[in-house]
Amino acid sequence: MTLLAAEGLTKRFGGVVAAKDVSFALDAGEMLAIIGPNGAGKSTTFNMVGGQLRPDAGRVTLAGRDITGVPPRAVCRLGVGRTFQVAQTFLSFTVIGNVQMALIAHHGQTRRLLADAAAMHRDAARALLDRVGMAAQAERPIGELAYGDVKRVELAIALAAAPRLLLMDEPTAGMAPAERTALMALVAGIAREGAIGVLFTEHDMDAVFAHADRILVLVRGEIIARGSPGEVRADPEVQRVYLGHSGTRAAERATRAAHG
Amino acid sequence: MDWDFLLVQSLSGLASASSLFVIASGLTIVFGVTRIVNFAHGSFYMLGAYVAVTVVPWLLEFDRSPWLFFVGVLVSALAVGAMGVAMEMLLLRRIYRVPELFQLLATFGVVLIVQDLVLLVWGPVDITGPRAPGMRHAVYIFDQRFPAYELFLIFVGPAVLGLLWLLMHRTRFGVLIRAATQDREMVGALGVNQAMLFTGTLFLGAALAGLGGALQIPRVSANPQMDLSIITEAFVVTVIGGMGSVPGAFLAAVLIGQLQAFGVLIFPKITLVLVFLLMAAVLVVKPWGLLGRPEAAAGRAVLPEGILDPGPLDLAGKLLAAAGLAGVLALPLLDAYAVKVGTEVLILALAAFSLNFLVGNGGIVSFGHAAYFGLGAYGAGLLVTRLGVPMEPALLAAPLAGGAFAALFGFFVVRLSGIYLAMLTLAFAQIAYAVVFQWVEVTGGDNGLVGVWPSSWAASREVYHYLVAAVTLAAIIGLRRVIHAPFGATLRAARDSAQRADAIGVDVRTHRWLGFMLAGTAAGLAGGLYAFSKGSIDPTLLGIPMSVDFLSMLLLGGIQSVLGPIAGAAALHAIKDFFLPLTDHWRLFMGLSIIAMVLVFPRGLAGAWASIRRRSA
Amino acid sequence: MAERVLEVAGLRAGYGPAEVLFGVELTLARGEVAALMGRNGAGKTTTLKAIMGLLPPRAGSVRFAGRDIAGLASFRIARMGLGYVPEDRRIFTDLTVMENLEVGRRGGAGGSAWTPERLFAIFPNLAEMRSRRAGAMSGGEQQMLTIARTLMGNPLAVLLDEPSEGLAPVIVEQMAEAVLSMKAEGISVLVSEQNLDFAATVADRALILEKGTVRWEGSIAALEADEDVRRAYLTV
Repeated sequence: MTLLAAEGLTKRFGGVVAAKDVSFALDAGEMLAIIGPNGAGKSTTFNMVGGQLRPDAGRVTLAGRDITGVPPRAVCRLGVGRTFQVAQTFLSFTVIGNVQMALIAHHGQTRRLLADAAAMHRDAARALLDRVGMAAQAERPIGELAYGDVKRVELAIALAAAPRLLLMDEPTAGMAPAERTALMALVAGIAREGAIGVLFTEHDMDAVFAHADRILVLVRGEIIARGSPGEVRADPEVQRVYLGHSGTRAAERATRAAHG
Repeated sequence: MDWDFLLVQSLSGLASASSLFVIASGLTIVFGVTRIVNFAHGSFYMLGAYVAVTVVPWLLEFDRSPWLFFVGVLVSALAVGAMGVAMEMLLLRRIYRVPELFQLLATFGVVLIVQDLVLLVWGPVDITGPRAPGMRHAVYIFDQRFPAYELFLIFVGPAVLGLLWLLMHRTRFGVLIRAATQDREMVGALGVNQAMLFTGTLFLGAALAGLGGALQIPRVSANPQMDLSIITEAFVVTVIGGMGSVPGAFLAAVLIGQLQAFGVLIFPKITLVLVFLLMAAVLVVKPWGLLGRPEAAAGRAVLPEGILDPGPLDLAGKLLAAAGLAGVLALPLLDAYAVKVGTEVLILALAAFSLNFLVGNGGIVSFGHAAYFGLGAYGAGLLVTRLGVPMEPALLAAPLAGGAFAALFGFFVVRLSGIYLAMLTLAFAQIAYAVVFQWVEVTGGDNGLVGVWPSSWAASREVYHYLVAAVTLAAIIGLRRVIHAPFGATLRAARDSAQRADAIGVDVRTHRWLGFMLAGTAAGLAGGLYAFSKGSIDPTLLGIPMSVDFLSMLLLGGIQSVLGPIAGAAALHAIKDFFLPLTDHWRLFMGLSIIAMVLVFPRGLAGAWASIRRRSA
Repeated sequence: MAERVLEVAGLRAGYGPAEVLFGVELTLARGEVAALMGRNGAGKTTTLKAIMGLLPPRAGSVRFAGRDIAGLASFRIARMGLGYVPEDRRIFTDLTVMENLEVGRRGGAGGSAWTPERLFAIFPNLAEMRSRRAGAMSGGEQQMLTIARTLMGNPLAVLLDEPSEGLAPVIVEQMAEAVLSMKAEGISVLVSEQNLDFAATVADRALILEKGTVRWEGSIAALEADEDVRRAYLTV
């Protein structure tokens, strides 16, 4: 069934059209990638879905419910987890403290004045860290972790809200190639297991073509192509304006590696 | 009212706008490049006036020509520019990497030093300047008289704006300044000597302030209070216009000039309040001012300046706390003076602790915390003196007053962040100060009110000391509990990453607002206790120097530490109480101390304590 | 052996209590393009920043064009003819394209005198938007501008940090062309990079950093041939 639907999303900044009539749908358990050159409107589209931006026109529905222009904190409470291009965590907290904080927020306990925050939801937090392979580092300050590990913790934070949908803005940005593959495999596993829909933007062609079920190509704010990884890779227009030779090569390599 | 009158009123508004713009443009340029909000900008303005009232009459001895008058004004501006260079090279250069709160404090230290130096050089009496030769007459606009000098001032503002625009867009220096406003480090990596650029910027900024001051001498006499009165207005102009934006400052100055010119016709006493209301309104709609840009998001992974992970007290901490408690209880065994000082320290410790709840725990840098302290004191004091209410209910009213005003002001404050937030808290504190100062019938104005005494059972110093100890310690322990609780953790989380907090479902603004109220309530309680300990209330309880005292306590104690502010309050109050009676130049002494603390002791007593223990471990 | 433009020996640096570099050794010959490779957090960006004086080296020597530059302010190093292109672009978004180039302008030590017109010949996209505010350009155009801005200082050598990160594949190809045209002008380039395809296109030689020291050094061809090394340090 359709989990997320965007219909005719349009956004202008000053005179510049950042997104024009962008429509797509995403099913539960499906991974949908948005790719396109820098400044093509990927982040704008993303932020309209996540509630950071209100579209000038168009509608976003989550499981049939209109969430257009709803602020991020409310979008989160409706079951949407989010990760950012530059990982956003609570730097002064420990690894497990970050996840505990997310659980405290998820349970609506942020206004409690007397409880001991450090003792709350420890088991649930540890279980989430275990799921992303970070349980061993639970007590370390998050500032000490390697960036790839920070991104894993950020995923655990996003999962604390028991989301139906994950929004991941360039999940592998700033990571080493080996870390990228492992993170995307982890995300794909979690999505399938929990029937969580994943909408992600990405520049790493290996990540996109190995893991996306479907791909949207956005250029100058408009969708110029959509379809399975095979269809998109073969599209001559996509090759010309976005993939180039090296991108096409990487896409072929990734598709081969992922699907035999 | 006829149209001629309105026109003249509007022209006089434009003349004040012009002066205000000249001053504010310097402040905004210096902020843009150095990212330092320079409190001493008002001091430069004052120095410009003092230098001009000295130089210009001397020049006019030679020949009473308008040209020599303006030569004198320009010489004064250049001289003040040179003082700006000195400040950059001696102080600012060393604090560019210090947290912005401490930068503000350090420049406030310069304000104090300059105040004492001006008194030393020029004395406490106002000095009237000469009028500009050739512009002493009035011109007639329709049937209204209008001073020629004011008419001239109207043209100065646009002329300075035009010259600054040419400087910024048509010269290499200007292009470099604009580039450095965005990214200083990158400008350096492209081969530009930042030190020279910063020094040049301070010269320009200080010279503009000096020019503003020198141009004022035919209108107002040079006096030692000009610095703080102008700096608040200049802050308001730069904040409304957008920090770092010169055209924004011009627009804001024109708006404020008109508002004052016409506001004075309708509400003669509260034009200042109107100005601040305009600021609050603008910032709610445009949080970065009319033409300002959002602060670039700190994409770097830097630890926030403040409380990190608050753990339970370790053994040494427990021993220290126990020793402190024993000292508090044993004080009455010493003399009455020690009891008085001890009571005040406890009260100030609660105020400082509540401020660190905002600054250290929430990353909400309030520069006007004295407002809630003072309003608590007035809430209690007015009930006692005007309505004859006894101490017990009056003490309950104090936190309510602090909390209620924190709710009102905080509603606007929490919409902003960083330096804009700090400026808005300062502005609200100044509104509160102005109202208390001017509403003489109720508040007693400048003199304040006396007769705020405790109930008879608590009248002895010793009993009142124990009462204060019980109340303040309970409040501090309660606030500390909140820091460890989900609410305190949520405020820290929002400080670390508002974006992440939002994405996990936290309503950041509401939490900050509630935190602001809680801190205001605690400060109000401290203010109420203070009023009864002194027996009187007066407007200094809400003033900028009081807010700076609280911040200095955090600075001295260390904002990273939960309990540090208590030590800071004790240390600062003891030092002030002991040293200040010994010197006539306490401002000089305080100013130098604040600067020394920022330079030598950036992590406070708690930081020094931690590093001693690390070394011995 | 060709003349060495840059020689780094025993370089140590870090942030606060954290040590990142533990004695980095590297050289760059005149006219050469070398790729500094390695995993995230291996110390590539830190190495470039420490060479450039943006991060004070804690120990070791850095010689550039025959002079010791360790510990000098970054603007002095830039004036000697070492250019720096940061990973996150950091163009001056409020300034126009021409003004961005003006900030970088400097009669440098390098042989060729770059002018905006010559740069526009290499980056034709920029020519059409010379009075456009840089913040209104796309990410790829901004990346071109950072390189053009650095070239305005007429550098002998350029430190180029992760030029392909976060860019669309077509833009990455343009970046590779830009690096090759710098090389054709005789400018030495030290480029930090994770993308082996990109490194192979532009570089003559590769150095692999791991945990703050250089663990492997050799030609790009040797790296492409040696799967063990790639698996050990790059795991592509």
